[in-house]
Formats: sequence, structure tokens, C-alpha cells
Amino acid sequence: MMGRRAAAGLAAAALAVTALAAPAVRAQAASARVLRFAPHAPLANLDPIWGTQYVVRNAAMLVWDTLYGIDSRLEPKPQMAEAHEVSDDRLVWTIRLRGGLRFHDGEPVRGTDVVASLERWMVRNPMGQAIRALRQELSAPDDRTIRLRLAAPYPRLLQALGAISAPCAFIMPERIARTDPFTQIEEAIGSGPMRFRKDEWDPGTRSAFERFDRYEPRDEPADWIAGGKRIAFERIEWIARPDPAATASALLSGDLDWWEQVAPDHVPVLRRNRQIGIDIADPLGNIGSLRFNHLHTPFNDVRARRAVAMAVDQADYMRAVVGDDDVLWRRVPSFFTPDTPLYSDAGGEILSGPRDHEAARRLLADSGYDGRPVTLLVAEDVAPLRAMGQVTHRLLGDLGCAVDYVATDWGTVARRRAVRAPPAEGGWNLFHTWHAGVDCATPAGYAALRTNGDDAWFGWPNDPGIERLREAWFAATTLAEERAVVAQLNRASMAFMTWVPTGLFMAYQAWRRSVSGIVKAPLPLFWGVAKA
Amino acid sequence: MLAYIARRILSTIPVMLVVAFVVFSMLMLSPGDPAAVIAGDQATPEDVERIRAALGLDRPFLVQFVDFLWRLVNFDLGTSIFTNLPVTHMIAQRIEPTVSLMVLTILFSVAVAVPMGVVAAWKAGSWIDRAVMVFAVLGFSVPVFVIGYLLAYIFALELDWLPVQGYTPLSRGFWPFLENLILPTIALGSVYIALIARITRATMLEVLAQDYIRTAKAKGLGTRPILFLHALKNAAVPISTVVGIGIALLIGGAVVTESVFAIPGLGRLTVDAILRRDYPVIQGVVLLFSFVYVLVNLMIDLLYTVFDPRIRY
Repeated sequence: MMGRRAAAGLAAAALAVTALAAPAVRAQAASARVLRFAPHAPLANLDPIWGTQYVVRNAAMLVWDTLYGIDSRLEPKPQMAEAHEVSDDRLVWTIRLRGGLRFHDGEPVRGTDVVASLERWMVRNPMGQAIRALRQELSAPDDRTIRLRLAAPYPRLLQALGAISAPCAFIMPERIARTDPFTQIEEAIGSGPMRFRKDEWDPGTRSAFERFDRYEPRDEPADWIAGGKRIAFERIEWIARPDPAATASALLSGDLDWWEQVAPDHVPVLRRNRQIGIDIADPLGNIGSLRFNHLHTPFNDVRARRAVAMAVDQADYMRAVVGDDDVLWRRVPSFFTPDTPLYSDAGGEILSGPRDHEAARRLLADSGYDGRPVTLLVAEDVAPLRAMGQVTHRLLGDLGCAVDYVATDWGTVARRRAVRAPPAEGGWNLFHTWHAGVDCATPAGYAALRTNGDDAWFGWPNDPGIERLREAWFAATTLAEERAVVAQLNRASMAFMTWVPTGLFMAYQAWRRSVSGIVKAPLPLFWGVAKA
Repeated sequence: MLAYIARRILSTIPVMLVVAFVVFSMLMLSPGDPAAVIAGDQATPEDVERIRAALGLDRPFLVQFVDFLWRLVNFDLGTSIFTNLPVTHMIAQRIEPTVSLMVLTILFSVAVAVPMGVVAAWKAGSWIDRAVMVFAVLGFSVPVFVIGYLLAYIFALELDWLPVQGYTPLSRGFWPFLENLILPTIALGSVYIALIARITRATMLEVLAQDYIRTAKAKGLGTRPILFLHALKNAAVPISTVVGIGIALLIGGAVVTESVFAIPGLGRLTVDAILRRDYPVIQGVVLLFSFVYVLVNLMIDLLYTVFDPRIRY
């Protein structure tokens, strides 16, 4: 296999070909009124409830608005909402809409639009599902009022309505929001600051957004998805190129203004150019995951899961993912995101300190592991997953495990991980994924942390104790209580070893110096950005 | 002749049916699931199942195939699972760059490769012949993407003569259109030139050994008339056959070339659709490519009658 250094050299050579060729690239005249942006993936659809890919969520954030929006302190702030009232028993929420809100088709935003939109969202979003289970009434007494009556208090309601986690609670016109949540909508009409130009959309390569002149931003300064969403551009164009070297070249030549996620191998060339700014994109990063199947041997035994965790060195995983740039990763002996209010590493000792492979081998033997091959699903077409899969392959070999290394693509992993049959009958033992740090800041919408057996996320872990702790967090009323419960939750999850966090990794974003106002956030935010 | 053309066009129908069945079967039998990709990483298995049902992917194989065929006979390639746009619309968006690249490549390759092969055969055993053969071996051996990057390095980076990437539609002017396609055409044409040059040389060697060529020489006919009027015309049938077969090579190479030179064509559409398991798009593009392949070979068959009057249909 080609070493990382050699691969980086090849990539740099390929990039040099395209990057230094900048004078040859016939750039169109750059306009301060048009922002050209390279997303991390092509925009293949624009229904943020039906499709929950991050690229769809990011584009949807331009087109649709939300009742609330979280700020950089992860606190929900009113966005489309003007104000809300909660009854003394905390069962009835009454939310009043701001005046002057309009959809892109000119129609005013009404309470019935909000009700239909939330009904659709509640089917797909984990927090929405919890609200739906408690809902006794969701209605619009008048055009600017929404009433939600619950069977029991749900203190995280505003966090749920303002969350960044896909699918977000976007508000659509009622006629569109009535579409089945599992069927794609036909029209992308929202009330956000930009309207989607479907007539110019070439899925996979180009998408265009045009400023919605009738959008009324809030007066407060923008802070993540809270505050006034003021757009300085007439148009924002999203241009996806299949080859990162081509994207780097476009940025260097001025054909592009902002690149959302720079491939690590291209960072050195971009850094050498004074016209290019480069910084961490999302400070909350992503937590790598080695997911166990709890239904089948050997990982239906906690000792086998802990044996693997004892041997995991997060540095190996993270360097395989991001290379030698230590700014881009950190150790995380926790299921929660560092630098967020609830972070705890209680019980995380198993992932920190010197690695003891001998003890791990003994523990694996104690678990009754019989030498049967363990099936590791690896999506070779997703670079971080391929890198983590290769590290795990070697790690399992060191522990004396026979490994059935299934090298395939993400589409196949996504299908096969849903198979509950034993590995020999098409099932699996292990796969890699990652979770966005913003999704791991609280237990609210954190599906991967749940241990509710058959209803749990892939791998189907079953531990009622952890579920009780999760419920206790929902009932917590102060930050101190929340922190205490999350510490217990982390400790219990580490003891049970629901899955193994393989470290926190981040990515760079890059932009031309003529662009200002780009902030670090879990998604690219276009309000506040300007271009000279 | 007209009856033959009509028969051949009609005979494409069962061919396309077989292609449709094979493509459909392979997609259905291959692992992977568009519903899982749509649902995203956080979705539950139940969400994935409901999306699969909404897309109709949970129906029995034969039901889906008959539905697909019915739409096909109504000239409807269906709707993309991901974009919700008609497949015909998506193909129409991407067809110009790919057709432009392929047509230019064919013209360029034939214009370069046939004279190369003829000269190599005429000068068999000389340094010219060896040079042509070395070129042919290199053309077969070096991957298209390597040639692409080398061309970009020399002509865009070092000489600054041409753009390195992108595509400009013909409607924006002929030169902007052409300058974007010169390097991709050379890169994609390298294998094709090698193939045609080798076949031309081999066929010409055979023809040049015929009695009528010796007679022509004995009659004092010049080299050019012998080579290009007498020999090449008789060698044209196998050469044109290879040109037709080589269309398949071009289709495969276009996928890579479009990626290297960031050309938004059908090749890239195909790769994206395969990675997402966007079945209707894959089926539509493969059927289109198959149809083009069958049509080109029909045209080649018809050209035989021009090159060799003894051939009658």
C-alpha cells in the first residue's frame, strides 16, 4: 500500500500541475456581488427532511428558516419566532411568529405552515419523534400563533426547534410540508434569505441561490444560525468539482472564493499563497466511531468490546485520517464533544494512557472469543472511513482476531449495517462512521448513544441503565444537574462500551483574502460574509 | 439498402431489451441501497425501509422491471431517485460536453492514427515504423489520467498555452469551446490513436503485399496514389470496424478524462449515480451509451459498402 507521505507527494504534484496553472485558467470576471463556494459534496437534492445529508442541510439553511436557531454557545434564540410563552405546568407552549415573514412565492408565513412543517419534521428527527410522542395538540389558533400541548414537559423543546442536527425544523409552505416525510418535495420554496434557482441547478456540479429581497433579517447580530441573516451577495453559486486538486486550482486562480473542506494533502500549497486564508472550519469537529454489533459474538460480550477499546490508540486513527497536522485532531476519552458545556470524560480512562495489548488479548480470550473471523465493513470510497478501517484491521490482527475485511463502498455499508443476521449470513461485526461534534454536545438527538435494544441505532446495544440516565438528563433543570447526569452517562457508556470513540478530527476551510466574515461553525454560514 | 437499414434499426430493439434487462438485473442484484444513502447516517433502519417503500424499491424484481420497461416504451427514462428530476433532463444537461469530447476525439484520432499507420506500413522495419510502434505501446500502456496530468503540466503550466480544466459551451464561441477541449481530446485520444494506428499498419502490411499493389508499382503509379487510393481503400473495412469498436473505449475513457479535466459531462454523471445507487440515472445513461454504440456500428456497417462495392446488403 502507498504510504501517506508518498500519497501526499503525489497529491502535491497533481495539485502543483493544476495550482501553478492558475494563469492558464480563464477565470470569468469576479464580481463582489457573486460568491462562488465549493461545498464538501455535490448538492444532489434539496429536501432537508427527506434527505439528511449535511450538504442538503447546509444548502437548506439558505433557503428555509427555522423558528429558533442555536448560537455559538449552543443556546436556542428566536429566529422566525417573535416570542413564546410556557404554561406554569410547562405543558403548553405558545409561540408567536415575527411579522412580515414571507415565502419566496410571496405568500405570508402562517401558523398553519408552521404546524404542517413541524408535523413532517417530527416524523424524521429523533428529538421531533420524542415531542411527537408527547404531543396532544399542535395547532395554529391564528396566522401568527402556534400552540403545542404536551402530555408531559419537554424542557428541550427550543433546542430541538433550533438544532443544527439534520433534519432541522425548517418551515415550509403548508402545501409543500404536507408531502409524506419519506417522499421528496417538488418545490424548494422557503422563507430564508436566499431563493433556490432550480432552473439553473445541475445536480452534481452547480447550484445557484439568489437573494430574496423580501427577507426581513432580525435586528440582532448573526451568531451561527441565530440573529440577523444579512446576505451581502446577489447570488451565491455552489460549484462542486470531482477532483480536490481542481478545486484547489480554482481557488488559487480566483474562479472560486471559498472552499468548505480542504483535503489535508492540499493544505501546504494553499498556505504558500498569500491570497488564501485557511483555518479550521468546524471547531466542534467530528468524533470517529468504531461501531460494534451487540447481537453477535464476540462483541455481544462487553469484555470483547472493552478489549478492543483497551487496545485502541486514538493517535493511530487520527493520524491515518488527517495526516501529520496535529492541529486537526485531539484525543477524546468521551462520547461527548470537547469544549461544549456538558463535556465529560468520566470513565474514559480506558481510552487514555499507555495501551496494553497483552491485557487486551487476555480480556478478549476471557470473553470466549473462539477465533471465528470478525466481519469489518469498510467504505473505501470515504477517505476517513477507509483510513480508520485500515487501522482497525491491523489492531484486530494484533489482538489475534481473524478479520473478514469487507472493502466496499458507503452505499453497501449503509445497506449491510441494517442486516441483523449473523455475519456469516450477510450481517456484520464492526463498521466505522463518525458523528458531527455538534450532534454529540448533548444526549438530546444523539441516536448513536442510545442503548434501547431493537429500537437502537445500528448494532442494537441494549442497556436499560444507560437509557434511564438519558431520561434523567431530559428531566434535569439546571446546568449543574445536566453536567452531573452526562458524567454518569459517559461513565456508564464507557463501561458498557457501546462503541469506541476513535478521536476527534477537524478539517480546514480556505478562502480568498478578498472574502471576509467567514466564521468557524458546524456548517458554512453565508450571512456576515462579504467580498471586496 | 433501405430495407437493410430498417431491419438493422429494428434489430436494435431486442439488443436494447437485453441490455435493459442485464443492466436492471445487475443493479438490483448489486449490494448497496439508495434509500440508506438518502436517509443519512443517523437514520434508523425503519426510516430507511420507509424511504425504500416510498421509492418503490421494495416491490418484487419483476414488477419493477415491467414498470421500467413500460416507461421505456413510452420514451420515459424515469426520474432520478435523488434529484427528483427527469433522467432525460439530467442527460440533456450533460450531453453536450461528452458528445463534443467524443466527436473531437474520434476526428482527431482518425486524422492522426490512419496516416501514422499507413506510413509505418510503407516504411515497415524503418525507424519511422519503430517510432510508431513505440508510440502505440505507450498509448496502450499509460493510463489516460497520467497522460492528462502530463499534458496539463506541459501545455498549461510550463507553456501557458491552454486552460487546464473546465468546459465552455459552443454557444459562447468556437475558440473558448475548443481551447478547453484540446488537452482532454489528446489525453482521451491517446489509446484510440494507438489502437487505430496498429490496426492500420497491420492491415496495410497485408494489403501492400497483394499482387495488385505490385502491379500498380510496376505500372509506375506514384506512392501516394498507391497508398491512399488503392491500399488504404482496401484496408478501410477492418480499420473502420476498429473505429466502431473503439467507441466503447472512448466511453470508458471519457469517465476518467472528465474527472481529470473537471468537465461536467455524462461520465461524471454516471460515476455520481453509481456511487449513490441512483438506478434510473444509471439505467438511462447506460441505455443511451448502448444505443449510441449500436448506432455507430450500424453506420460503420453501412460505410463498408462505400469502401468495398462488393459488399451488398
